[in-house]
Amino acid sequence: MHYHWNWGIFFQQVSSSDDTFFNWLMIGLGWTLAVSLSAWVIGLILGSIMGVLRTVPNRKLAFIGTAWVELFRNIPILVQLILWFFVVPELLPERLGLWVKQDMPAKEFITAVLALSLFTSSRIAEQVRAGIQSLSRGQSYAGLAMGFTQAQTYRYVILPMAFRIIIPPLTSEFMNTFKNSAVSFAIGVWDLTFVSRQMVEESGGQVIETLTAATVLYFLCALAANRLMYVIENRSRVPGLIVAK
Amino acid sequence: MFVTARQASGKPPLFCRAQAASFDFWTGWRSYCLQIAYNAIYSARAELLPEDRMFKQALFAIAVTSLSSQAILAQELDGTLKKVKDSGAITLGIRTSSGPLSYLDANQKVVGYHIDICYKIVDAVKAKLKMPNLKVTEQEVTSQNRIPLVVNGTVDLECGSTTNNADRQKQVAFAPTTFVTNVRMAVKKSSGITDLDQLSGKPVATTTGTTSVALMRSHEKGKNVDFKEVYGKDHADSFQMLESDRAVAFVMDDNLLASNIANSQNPSAYAIVGPALSTEPIAIMLRRDDSQFKALVDDTVKGMMKSGEINKLYTKWFLSPIPPKNSNLNFTMSEQLKAAIANPNDNPAESYKK
Repeated sequence: MHYHWNWGIFFQQVSSSDDTFFNWLMIGLGWTLAVSLSAWVIGLILGSIMGVLRTVPNRKLAFIGTAWVELFRNIPILVQLILWFFVVPELLPERLGLWVKQDMPAKEFITAVLALSLFTSSRIAEQVRAGIQSLSRGQSYAGLAMGFTQAQTYRYVILPMAFRIIIPPLTSEFMNTFKNSAVSFAIGVWDLTFVSRQMVEESGGQVIETLTAATVLYFLCALAANRLMYVIENRSRVPGLIVAK
Repeated sequence: MFVTARQASGKPPLFCRAQAASFDFWTGWRSYCLQIAYNAIYSARAELLPEDRMFKQALFAIAVTSLSSQAILAQELDGTLKKVKDSGAITLGIRTSSGPLSYLDANQKVVGYHIDICYKIVDAVKAKLKMPNLKVTEQEVTSQNRIPLVVNGTVDLECGSTTNNADRQKQVAFAPTTFVTNVRMAVKKSSGITDLDQLSGKPVATTTGTTSVALMRSHEKGKNVDFKEVYGKDHADSFQMLESDRAVAFVMDDNLLASNIANSQNPSAYAIVGPALSTEPIAIMLRRDDSQFKALVDDTVKGMMKSGEINKLYTKWFLSPIPPKNSNLNFTMSEQLKAAIANPNDNPAESYKK
């Protein structure tokens, strides 16, 4: 294979730009981190709420939780993103829709975070529900018997244990958020995937070098998430509470 | 490719198995098997019964002849032609939405101006190799993978819409320029926009992973205007942005703009306006340092230009109703393309800058 290798490409300046390709990758990494972390935080909050709603005795609230999960979990993330970007603005009143389409600041970023956080929240909700349901019903009854309200039982008895139990699947979900954020290039967020596509084009076809760099950066993001969650898992461990050693 | 001293000196191989490791990859199993037969017959010859002998000798002669004819071919052919001869197949790289050069018709079959030219080249390959039944495979490529797929041998001839520029010539070679594109912009007629400078502060769409992104950047820098760029993941998405007012203009190669407009719901609502941001030669792409195949491709394309066949194809794809909607692009031939046909060349985009 007569491939023209050029690992120095990262330090070459992009034509008609003040940046090097390395700067570009850093900009891409920045947007990937921004989209992923924002989506993770919002997803975790919404997912926790919806996960709890799925387990409460109130049927209407439980239905909301279930509907939320099934809606956002059963549609591919790319399709959801395109729906939010191309379809939803058409359903808004015309002037508001035009503002969203043309003048809303950081419109690609906001749309990407919205789509990714809703998608992530549906998956986190299921994990939270699983964590809660893995506890024996006696825990909940004990809380209520102590005179706690339903909300207090969740806050002080159930959730502290449930969240500790689901740290391993949450770790995977956190890592997935970084990987899923790659779809945001489809609506024009300057993330790592976008940058690598553009870099392939403007570097004269240095595909292997470009994709290697993008791969390493995605890998490092996911690995960092994994290590962070590992630390949290260790720090939050309460000996004897669940099945701890 | 490894050649042992014994092979190079033209002597028959000592042992088949010792030979196996040093095979030229593309010669492959066919000659491996022939050599096994050759060795087996050669060593068995002495023990043959008299009545079998003539038949076996004839077989031996056939084995030797086919070996030596292959040796002659191996001397004559190299690069892509040898690969095609040995594998019995040629692979064309196709694009699915680069109208009207290479795109899908209503039956999901790839058609277009470059596809027609490529099949002319395939005919020339068939004639040269005397393989009328050569198998032709179509492999879809994208702007991301087309160069690596040509370089690594997956695709022999890329028939999409690839700009020939100096950077790419380090990796691949190009056939003579068969189309010249001008990067311009599509707008809604109702917007009244006629020039890029009217777009300051407005959203302008282009497609990720294309040279148009860089062009807009340099235009911004040069003219000190500030667009709000929005990016579609493919041309259809970028056009959708224009259609849905997410962008007031779509900057892209003019043939792609014309093709997207022709296939839109209301073609008369759009216009291609403004000066050319850039002029780029588009050509069929092949492997570098492959003089035999390059000569065949060049001769075929130049022959089509000389005979006027290329003009007929241009009329068929750019000035007549084409699939899938039977719409006519009405895309008259540019002066640059007329010049490239009058004087066939594979000059890179850099030579088109004024």
